Amino acid sequence: MSTVAISERRKTGAGGSRTLNRIVIYGLLAFFALVYLMPLFVMLVTSFKTMDEIQSGNMLALPQSPTFEPWVKAWGETCVGLTCAGIKGYFWNSIKMVVPAVLISTLLGALNGYVLTKWRFRGDTLVFGLMLFACFIPFQSVLLPMATVLGSLGRFGMTLRNATGYSFGFGNPTVNLVFVHVVYGLGFTTLFFRNYYEAFPTELIKAAQIDGASFFQIFRRIMLPNSLPIFVVTVIYQFTNIWNDFLFASAYAGTGDAMPMTVALNNVVNTSTGVVEYNVNMAAAMIAALPTLLVYIIAGRYFVRGLMAGAVKG
Amino acid sequence: MAFLEIRNLEKTFGNVKVLKGIDLEIEEGGFLVLVGPSGCGKSTLLNSIAGLETTTGGTISIGGKVIDGLHPSQRDIAMVFQSYALYPNMTVGGNIAFGMEIRGVPKPERDKAIAQVAEMLQIGHLLDRKPSQLSGGQRQRVAIGRALVRDPQVFLFDEPLSNLDAKLRVDMRTEIKRLHQRMGTTIVYVTHDQIEAMTLATKIAVLKDGLLQQSGTPAEIYNNPANLFVADFMGSPAMNLIPVTITKNGSGVSISTNRDEMEPLALGIPNAPAGLAAHDGKEVIFGIRPEALTDRDGADRNAKNIAESECLIEVVEPAGSDTFAVTRLGKKQVTARLRADVNVVAGQKTKLAFNLDKAVFFDPANGQRIL
Ligand SMILES: Nc1ncnc2c1ncn2[C@@H]1O[C@H](COP(=O)(O)OP(=O)(O)OP(=O)(O)O)[C@@H](O)[C@H]1O
Ligand SMILES: [Mg+2]
Repeated sequence: MSTVAISERRKTGAGGSRTLNRIVIYGLLAFFALVYLMPLFVMLVTSFKTMDEIQSGNMLALPQSPTFEPWVKAWGETCVGLTCAGIKGYFWNSIKMVVPAVLISTLLGALNGYVLTKWRFRGDTLVFGLMLFACFIPFQSVLLPMATVLGSLGRFGMTLRNATGYSFGFGNPTVNLVFVHVVYGLGFTTLFFRNYYEAFPTELIKAAQIDGASFFQIFRRIMLPNSLPIFVVTVIYQFTNIWNDFLFASAYAGTGDAMPMTVALNNVVNTSTGVVEYNVNMAAAMIAALPTLLVYIIAGRYFVRGLMAGAVKG
Repeated sequence: MAFLEIRNLEKTFGNVKVLKGIDLEIEEGGFLVLVGPSGCGKSTLLNSIAGLETTTGGTISIGGKVIDGLHPSQRDIAMVFQSYALYPNMTVGGNIAFGMEIRGVPKPERDKAIAQVAEMLQIGHLLDRKPSQLSGGQRQRVAIGRALVRDPQVFLFDEPLSNLDAKLRVDMRTEIKRLHQRMGTTIVYVTHDQIEAMTLATKIAVLKDGLLQQSGTPAEIYNNPANLFVADFMGSPAMNLIPVTITKNGSGVSISTNRDEMEPLALGIPNAPAGLAAHDGKEVIFGIRPEALTDRDGADRNAKNIAESECLIEVVEPAGSDTFAVTRLGKKQVTARLRADVNVVAGQKTKLAFNLDKAVFFDPANGQRIL
């Protein structure tokens, strides 16, 4: 098929205009790549410069005497608000919040998709429609209701603590954020998995039923192992969204020890103690961006591999 | 008493009735083939036996035990699917052993069972591969292996060969037949392919629109179709169905039909049964299979009623072992099956022999068999 298409094009396309097309296409691609990469480049070079060099030199110039000082300072010493212990604590705060939120929302999305496609029930499309609706609700509109809900959960946690001496995570800001992100992400993860499982051969489930596998055994042994591509897509999507979230983070954990990375970064930049340390700010921003980059690079590779495997299987 | 019994089975999807009261049974060790056009409910019937669909009426029993409401895994059945339905994430061995694993059979026992099945199907060298690394025929073998290892009371096959190419299909067909003969397990088998149906079945059931049209041995279905639908559906090339008029003629009858460009065809049946004579002056459908419509020398010598008539041949289709000649009777295209070396030329007239012993007649009003 594709070879036919290529040879057709070869026959019809005149040599000259094809080269011109190529030049225009690659020229445009290069231009946009440059536009997108420029800020990253500036951040990166600035983070390795000394303050003197920044104040005197050109923004685009490479660092004269590269130094890791700003990175070290950003990680361990810079001031976030009033405490000056770097951003490392907030980095771990974010990790502690993002990992469970991503895993829980992805697994629940997979479970929802599985039920909505393979265990159809009366009104399943309506349920799916409502879940889909969750994708269109703007963040801002749930801020206050959610604060009320979280407040109640916090009071419930207090009651628990008074009764048993332990709050079981109710009222903990990190747990609160995980809860918010799971609830908010469920619409998307369900959508992803439902569409993927819609095309998943139902005969496999029937075969597993005859083999005696239960609802969860089928989910764990048949559905999940064959969901790698959509799993990776969902994880990338959820990870990026939750890691980068600022609104919920600042609303529900904007102060105190549980503050996530995004809020902390904002505070680093806004902390005014004499000169603005651009290099430290840039390094902090780079550190904040690293996890999402890593997720793209590592998971993205699996993503492509997963797609390929599916394509070859036919 | 039959081994697998289906009584008045009904199934509705929403408000669409897909199975409308099916009564069917097969004796132990029998090979029941379900045939019918696409969408007639074959898979639904099979899935109902497997317990993968909940039925809306009727009962199913295996070996005298009613299995309605039992979970698929407790019905003592095994199923082979059209798409093979092998678990892509497991090896061949893992696929075959999955059911045992779920049931908690210890590993040494599982390995023994796998080895046994693998030897029977000659897939021993494939056990560590993933399904994606197998050819279509190998996948089908593994799917059959997964069913075999359960050692069930009834095997269910849903169009197991339809994804294979023509040659492999014939090979696997033979293999399934051999397997059945060796194990003697009851089989219910769905297919579109009438040759598969004829060669494999001990009993064929023809379905249409959720209704059982006829069930019987392959010979019964082929030679004595109960109605026009079955007559037309079974056999390739299909039975010739020609509208004719019956005229009483002494102790016999004569059947006649108009032809373009030639005088009407008239065939005499000297001692026709009374049933036919009762239709004197009326139109009926006259059915004759291509192999009962031959050249003069190719006609069955033991037949009692052979009528000959000159026919205009429109098309000649040599098929190697036979030559098919197409003529036109009563505005219908009619196929005759001639010996391969017979000299027929398109556009010329040739004498054809109608073996009226094999003729069947249908009422055009309701399509039911008259005789
Ligand atoms: N889950 C379902 N919901 C609604 N209608 C269905 C469902 N499954 C099957 N049907 C309908 O039931 C009828 C019978 O389907 P079935 O799959 O049994 O046909 P079939 O005889 O196996 O056809 P084929 O030869 O194409 O496989 C079809 O008209 C189909 O549209
Ligand atoms: Mg079917």
